[in-house]
Amino acid sequence: MSIFDENSKVIIIGDRDGIPGPAIEECIKTTPAEIVFSATECFV
Amino acid sequence: MSNAVIKCASYILVHAPDMVIHNGSTQTTEKLLNPNSEYLKNIRSSLRSYEEAINYLPNQVYIGNKTPEDLKLTPQPWVDKPVLNSSRYGKFGEIMPEDEFIGLMKIVDVFDLVKLSKEFTSSIKEKLLNHDLINNELVSRLKDGEDLGDVEKLINEQDAEPLYFDNNLVGCVKRAHDIDPNLSAHVIFENLVSKASGVLAALHLIKRANIDPNEIEYVIECSEEACGDMNQRGGGNFAKAIAEFAGLINATGSDVRGFCAAPTHAIISAASLVKAKTFKNVLVVSGGSTAKLGMNGKDHVKKGLPILEDVIGGFAVLVSENDGISPIIRNDLVGRHTVGTGSSPQAVITSLVTAPLDRGNLKITDIDKYSVEMQNPDITKPAGAGDVPNANYKMIAALGVKRGELDRTQINEFIDKHGMEGWAPTQGHIPSGVPYVGFAIDDIMSGNVNKVMIVGKGSLFLGRMTNLFDGVSVVIEKNDGKKEENKGISEEQIRNFVAEAMRDFAAHLLEE
Repeated sequence: MSIFDENSKVIIIGDRDGIPGPAIEECIKTTPAEIVFSATECFV
Repeated sequence: MSNAVIKCASYILVHAPDMVIHNGSTQTTEKLLNPNSEYLKNIRSSLRSYEEAINYLPNQVYIGNKTPEDLKLTPQPWVDKPVLNSSRYGKFGEIMPEDEFIGLMKIVDVFDLVKLSKEFTSSIKEKLLNHDLINNELVSRLKDGEDLGDVEKLINEQDAEPLYFDNNLVGCVKRAHDIDPNLSAHVIFENLVSKASGVLAALHLIKRANIDPNEIEYVIECSEEACGDMNQRGGGNFAKAIAEFAGLINATGSDVRGFCAAPTHAIISAASLVKAKTFKNVLVVSGGSTAKLGMNGKDHVKKGLPILEDVIGGFAVLVSENDGISPIIRNDLVGRHTVGTGSSPQAVITSLVTAPLDRGNLKITDIDKYSVEMQNPDITKPAGAGDVPNANYKMIAALGVKRGELDRTQINEFIDKHGMEGWAPTQGHIPSGVPYVGFAIDDIMSGNVNKVMIVGKGSLFLGRMTNLFDGVSVVIEKNDGKKEENKGISEEQIRNFVAEAMRDFAAHLLEE
């Protein structure tokens, strides 16, 4: 069973030197969850 | 066409604890939002002394007295392992104290915007007269100073940006226009810091490279500041402003921007300008920024550490025509994160690392050292950002495994051999790719290393014009000693061509 269902709201904070936001978005799009916010941050 | 070479590099730091408090964006934001916070109340006790900053191992690596190897041999964290009795000067440059730097800001200010008190002026004049690279003509620009009362008046009545040393008001930076926000005292202050630290790096480079300043024809400046007025906010040009004070009278220049990736963009551009014979010697230079001072200060203090982001950075690199000796810049082996690359780590590393390697029929393991985002983990780990160079090396190694160039079990060994610990302060463009260039020249010339890849990344999304980030890379390698062959045609060859054509023509007539 997926950890996300149609009631899931997802906030994505990606890391430029790790996994950027759009890459995480692509993964979430394979689930019924709704992405409510997605951003990539630079932590340095 | 012969490739350009990297001839020399210089690196400078400025210890700036008072600017941490008054000009770092984390602290100025806190002053606005929580003016009575414990962090602000106790901040001074969390700042390091000049001696502590000098004795800090990563800083000593930055100016070349210690090496990346020394860093690797010293277990992290390094903050509690001072290198006692370290020197202010290193083979790459120096760590300048804050008072002398404020003097340098006054020296490079041509619009009389920096006002320093008489007492402070006289104390730094003496110190700067003893500085090898700051000549008497430059020191004379300090003049005699102002009455402190006049400085206070400018701060209280005309929004001047105060300058402090050792917690005492010593001067101010005036606004350059009554209402133009791009010429406000705050902007002029940040730009003069960038210019002064860039000038210091350029002066060290000229001395190190032992080059006649007249021979430098072009300067590319690659910091993250913008100078201009209300009609052209980023008009520029820091490059020429720095060249003027570095005595490069035959140079013009321009500014390259690209967030943290700008230095690598600048080196690639410089190499192309030299290879195309547009210019023989191009200086790539950048000063640092005050906004990032103490950026992670709250996390450092929370964990009982001193505020480690207390230095402004600067560097300069000289790119010249092939001398048959210095390391070659392979601008045919350039990686670039394109608009269409995408953002998955695999796509990013492919475009930056393996695409240029494939072009040169090279494997990931053929590059001896990768210089990636060389942020000091002492600074980033307590702030929760992890070990940034290590994260980059893991991704390069993982792609190596995917390509079958190394085994999964060899990832740590790969990182150990082809990677380095980070030593650069989190000044954005300062840690990105370029910190190793100085060591790379030495390591390649001494034969310890053959090929190096410089990788710069930039967070373009911070400017809110695109969601994309950026990156470029370039390979630097040992010079094979062959200078450019003379491709001109001799008189003898021309005679032979004409004779051959006449013979062909005669044979053609005989056939008819």
